[in-house]
Amino acid sequence: MTAITALLAGLLFGIGLMVSGMANPAKVLGFLDLAGRWDPSLAFVMLGAIAIGSLAFFIAKRRKRSFLGLPVLLPASATVTPRLVLGSAAFGIGWGLAGFCPGPALVAFGAGYPKAWGFVAAMVAGMVVFEMAERVKSRWLQA
Amino acid sequence: MLIDLSHFTPGLSLAGGLVIGAAAAVLVLFNGRIAGISGILGGLLSLPRNDMAWRIAFLAGLVGAPILASAFGNPTTPDIQAGWGEILIAGFLVGLGTRYASGCTSGHGVCGISRGAMRSLVATATFMAAGFATVFVQRHLIGG
Repeated sequence: MTAITALLAGLLFGIGLMVSGMANPAKVLGFLDLAGRWDPSLAFVMLGAIAIGSLAFFIAKRRKRSFLGLPVLLPASATVTPRLVLGSAAFGIGWGLAGFCPGPALVAFGAGYPKAWGFVAAMVAGMVVFEMAERVKSRWLQA
Repeated sequence: MLIDLSHFTPGLSLAGGLVIGAAAAVLVLFNGRIAGISGILGGLLSLPRNDMAWRIAFLAGLVGAPILASAFGNPTTPDIQAGWGEILIAGFLVGLGTRYASGCTSGHGVCGISRGAMRSLVATATFMAAGFATVFVQRHLIGG
């Protein structure tokens, strides 16, 4: 059951990205190009997503268990750290270079675009480098 | 500021946004998890095996969405303007950056802001600013 609701959520997420125009890097770059001919559409995506999201998290925050009885796991960290800011900056540069963030890249991957496959492969490589760096760091701290 | 009215799609974008919000709602209310794509994918590379099923199911839905849409006569046609070099550098930066930042557009931008998290507000402001700056440099300083 938990896999079914997760599958449904993933499907809905993908459909939302496609309908909104977010799955199209050219449109994303049109939004990021403030100094050119600016396409403000993606602000409306955020508006719609946050409207429903706020309602959902308002409910979720008041529950210890989900409707399926699973623990509700919300991030506890509240401190703004250099890694949060530097990581976000690196992400934003990549986002601006290609017009892809992780979700839309996976949608374009599924749509069968070789450049999206290349992007996803490079993205996974970046994540693997992060994992390896974290492991080296924790071993170093233990020693 | 010049608004590109020929590409402006407020209705469809708002509708798509509502669907994205609904997806995040399903995942948090039924599975108790944040719909953050980079965290869901990155978690496959780090967490113990018992945490895998929902991640794989969610990602299968995301990747399967365009296949399903295409089967119903609505093929997804992303316009990818970046060259191969940019694609690979961008992908690497997005993968590495989102993991260090513990989130991307979905986890911070949608879910984090929806639950009023200060960290997510800072992250979103930062990656948006970096995105604006990168496109400005590329289109108006180098390419212009």
